[in-house]
Amino acid sequence: MAEQHPVGFQWVVEAKERGATVIHVDPRYTRTSAAADVHVPLRGGTDIAFLGGVINYILENGRHFTDYVRHYTNARVIIKPEFQDVAELDGVFSGWDREEGVYEVSSWGYAGTSGELAAGKSKQTGDVSGDIAHGAHGMKLEHGEPPEEDWDLEHPNCVFQILKRHFAPYTPEVVEQVCGVPREKLIQVAETLCRNSGRERTSAVCYAVGWTQHTHGVQNIRAASIIQLLLGNIGRPGGGIMALRGHANIQGSTDIPTLYDILPGYIPMPHPDSGDSFDEFVELNGPDTGAWGSLKSYATSLLKAWWGEAANPETDMGFDYLPRIDGDHSHYPMMLRMIDGETKGFIVIGQNPVVGSANSGLQRKALANLDWLVVRDTNEIETAAFWYDSPEIESGQTRPEEIGTEVFFLPAAAHTEKDGTFTNTQRLLQWHFKAVEPPEDCRSDLWFTHKLGQRVRAKLSSSQDPKDRPLLDLTWDYPTQGPQDEPDAEAIMQEISGRHADGSFVSKYQELKDDGSTTCGSWIHAGIYAEGINQSARKKPGGEQSWIAPEWGWAWPGNRHILYNRASADPEGRPWSERKRYVWWDEQEEEWTSLGDEPDFEPEKAPGYEPPEGVKGMDAIKGTSPFILHPDGLGWLYAPQGLADGPLPSHYEPHESPFPNLFYGERSNPTRQTYEREGNDYNPSAGEEGAGVFPFVLATYRLTEHHTAGGMSRSVPFLAELQPEMFCEVGSELAAERGLEHGGWATIATTRAVIEARVLVTDRIRPLRVGDPPRVMHQVGIPYHWGRKGLVTGDAGNELLPIVLDRNVHISEYKAATCDIQPGRRPRGPGLQALLDDYRRRAGVRR
Amino acid sequence: MKLQTHAWPATYERDGEAQPRMGFFTDTSLCIGCKACEVACKEWNRVPDSPKGFTGKSYDNTVDLGANTWRHVAFVEQHKALGVAEAESLVQSASLEQLIDSTGLGTYQDGDGMRWLMASDVCKHCTDAACLEVCPTGALFRTEFGTVVVQEDICNGCGYCVPACPFGVLDKREEDGRVWKCTLCYDRLKDDREPACAQACPTKSIQFGELGDLRDRAEERLAALSDAGAENAQLYLHGDQDGIGGAGAFFLLLDEPEVYGLPPDPVDTTRDLGSTWGAVGVAMAGLGAAIAAAVIGGRR
Repeated sequence: MAEQHPVGFQWVVEAKERGATVIHVDPRYTRTSAAADVHVPLRGGTDIAFLGGVINYILENGRHFTDYVRHYTNARVIIKPEFQDVAELDGVFSGWDREEGVYEVSSWGYAGTSGELAAGKSKQTGDVSGDIAHGAHGMKLEHGEPPEEDWDLEHPNCVFQILKRHFAPYTPEVVEQVCGVPREKLIQVAETLCRNSGRERTSAVCYAVGWTQHTHGVQNIRAASIIQLLLGNIGRPGGGIMALRGHANIQGSTDIPTLYDILPGYIPMPHPDSGDSFDEFVELNGPDTGAWGSLKSYATSLLKAWWGEAANPETDMGFDYLPRIDGDHSHYPMMLRMIDGETKGFIVIGQNPVVGSANSGLQRKALANLDWLVVRDTNEIETAAFWYDSPEIESGQTRPEEIGTEVFFLPAAAHTEKDGTFTNTQRLLQWHFKAVEPPEDCRSDLWFTHKLGQRVRAKLSSSQDPKDRPLLDLTWDYPTQGPQDEPDAEAIMQEISGRHADGSFVSKYQELKDDGSTTCGSWIHAGIYAEGINQSARKKPGGEQSWIAPEWGWAWPGNRHILYNRASADPEGRPWSERKRYVWWDEQEEEWTSLGDEPDFEPEKAPGYEPPEGVKGMDAIKGTSPFILHPDGLGWLYAPQGLADGPLPSHYEPHESPFPNLFYGERSNPTRQTYEREGNDYNPSAGEEGAGVFPFVLATYRLTEHHTAGGMSRSVPFLAELQPEMFCEVGSELAAERGLEHGGWATIATTRAVIEARVLVTDRIRPLRVGDPPRVMHQVGIPYHWGRKGLVTGDAGNELLPIVLDRNVHISEYKAATCDIQPGRRPRGPGLQALLDDYRRRAGVRR
Repeated sequence: MKLQTHAWPATYERDGEAQPRMGFFTDTSLCIGCKACEVACKEWNRVPDSPKGFTGKSYDNTVDLGANTWRHVAFVEQHKALGVAEAESLVQSASLEQLIDSTGLGTYQDGDGMRWLMASDVCKHCTDAACLEVCPTGALFRTEFGTVVVQEDICNGCGYCVPACPFGVLDKREEDGRVWKCTLCYDRLKDDREPACAQACPTKSIQFGELGDLRDRAEERLAALSDAGAENAQLYLHGDQDGIGGAGAFFLLLDEPEVYGLPPDPVDTTRDLGSTWGAVGVAMAGLGAAIAAAVIGGRR
């Protein structure tokens, strides 16, 4: 966190000064470790084993927060008798279809429910949002009640008992063998968390993309969620799980998504099979109960915001205008389709895939097979220059004349040159004002998108083709201002915030209607322009308001700073303790009140409220159920739906691993997306022929001094000089073993690529003892910021990585591959390919 | 504790321009090594970049203070027990009570302590500033805030100040021959703003303020750290008893100054000039007497 989010880390430093214990779990000793009380190095890719060890410690020793767990989580819910756990099936859950590589999930469901997914399907392919969203947003439950429960948590098939059995094998001894973490250290961490949780205290978990970049990334975070729910650390001040994103506005670009499979506010993108009509789409994609019970209001308001008058019964409220998503169109499959000639054009905005994405060589191969490529950036990044400057051109494998892609480079405005918002990890939107006009031809992304829309619409204006109606009927009438005709960003925020039929601003999402009388570009942001005020631009200093700082920026939804904060009070609505008072039920006023936050609950719903038969939406959420986005209002220790790879996190080895799975026969996540194709061969893993060729664990990562793929930092002299060359980090033991010289050069190889880096020998990277019987294992650390453009250059670390994805979110495994490392520089010219071929031959990779 | 130098603030009091003495307290125990101070300094003061390439000195690639580096973050990797806070922490007490039998596997991490010290260095703005004393042009001067600044339009590049500085801060810029160093953001101070590095520091490792207040704050901080078990924590250039009469920019270090590449006992290089000249005078007088005696004797 100190390494990537130094500004946010000030709060950790402050917490530490106030007595907080800071624990850092990371294979490397980083700037965060330096500021922590305890650093726990572990083998890359074994987070679930470590977190599972913590969960087991909590459950074995009865250290969970009993009242919280019983009332607020689904621990008491009984699961179908046909559910089988990984222990019974040697590493897979019940419903595994090995042929198709997907789970049939109906056996995972709550006892007494159908367990069906969207469109009556029962297989969780994870390719299409509808499949996931339906599960994530929850199943249908009569009046929000799980059919079978055991409040004593003793029924053998209740979630609590399943959880206990599931994590029982994660003993300190096994965790030590899998992770390389001494058992004492695991117990220290677990005990510290337990002592710092409960009525009087809370603990927070912060994670960064390092947890997501695995073939089981989502389950890493699920494991942390289980710990936090067991310890009562969700919905309470000082608790929570903070997702630290890759840059300033990744949260924002997920909320109003640049993702292919969701619409603004996490509304699923429609699937061709998921219903012919809008009503059917709503029926299939949202549960009846909880906050998602109003999906129709959210979606109708979105369609009205986009298509205005044209969103009418004739177009099924605009639903007919929405594109349908028929498969996995995430980044890597998209790039591979370019290689296959199926995708012809590509617009790249604020991204540098030939440095930032896994398997850079394959990324370039994809670009080289396009008809056209548009790159918008502040600098000519590697992705824009790939056609004349690349490792393949350097080595003579290809020549610019052989690349037919027409490349357009359009200069972009920097964030200081445009208005807009950043959304941080706490869902807090903060407005930033344009400080200067962008120079010369540089324009904002907003300007580009607006103008592109205008021009496309002008070209189509005389078209009678029905397929052009969605574009032509869009409400595309944003006012412009300034010397560059810049669209007014506030006008767009007003559209996002929403309006009533009379033009007045919506003040909260609960005001949205399903009859077309409201517009709202993103339901979770409803009210960000309440009362005609840009709420995100409020900058009242922290010293002039409560510590919750409700008047600094605006947090979605409804300026609620802590989600599910009903959980900060006990079931009767009283604070769990004076020390942790936050939101509570005011008996006199008969409403929820708080220290200064907005209660994330219906304001007048009494703690004793029990939903009557047949009710829907929020009326079906009990007065004691804080997790209002779930159909049962409960925190899910066990996820009956929504995940492609199981209802509980379970340890799997990384796709490339020098070790077998000590828990069961299934070595790696069975649902992971692999792409066995030219240019994406995988290193052999433990037990496979040739595994010894790549004996070390490899991770690529970032440093404070640079920004992601370097487009914004390698061109800035003051940043470039701070980390001026590509380097690798190795421990002194590995350096001695391989003859690597501090300050010299190393060649690092996988079956995909061979690169070179300067060598930093450091005790911050330590060998671990791993396995049964234990042996010494080395890790190689590779910052990935460099490329061939900018003031400082070097081979791109991600050249080395394979494309292998988490099925849920299609993120590649950057944090745990295998490699070899040798002293000296890599060959130039044809020798480079010869060396790679030699590695592949020795590893037994034949293609 | 004395704040004034031999001429300041007296020289400014005539015209009522004297301000409280301003300075930096750099608390390295809070530094996270982000280098925002280095970048903010260069941005604000238009200091050129000074690329030195990959140095292999941990994460430090700027190496030292100089004409083109007015803030410099040192990174020191140490292999020793943490000490700080751990003894009192929950973790420690947990481990004592809850340890299971540690028979079986031994691991490399057992008892393995790693420490990574980070510290942002800067011109010390000495009370007894040799650079200022030796400057023949008056380019170096003491501002109304008690800070030491080089005036870029007066400096003629003679370079006398360069060897005079006991910290090696003063340095000539190759391109223009003049000497450049931290001004403690004199322009910002005149505008009632804090220096760029202090404003950019996310963790309050660099604290700017009235020197008297900073010294009090530093003493409290040291006491707190020492109570928490930080054995080698110490204030550096905090008092006025050292060889430079105390500094306007002082530090809280977690180890000895040498560990960070700082001189343990810096001395104002002009301190002994007076007595040196005295000795020269005596010697000259003696020599003169001898010559006179010789001449007079010769006439005999």
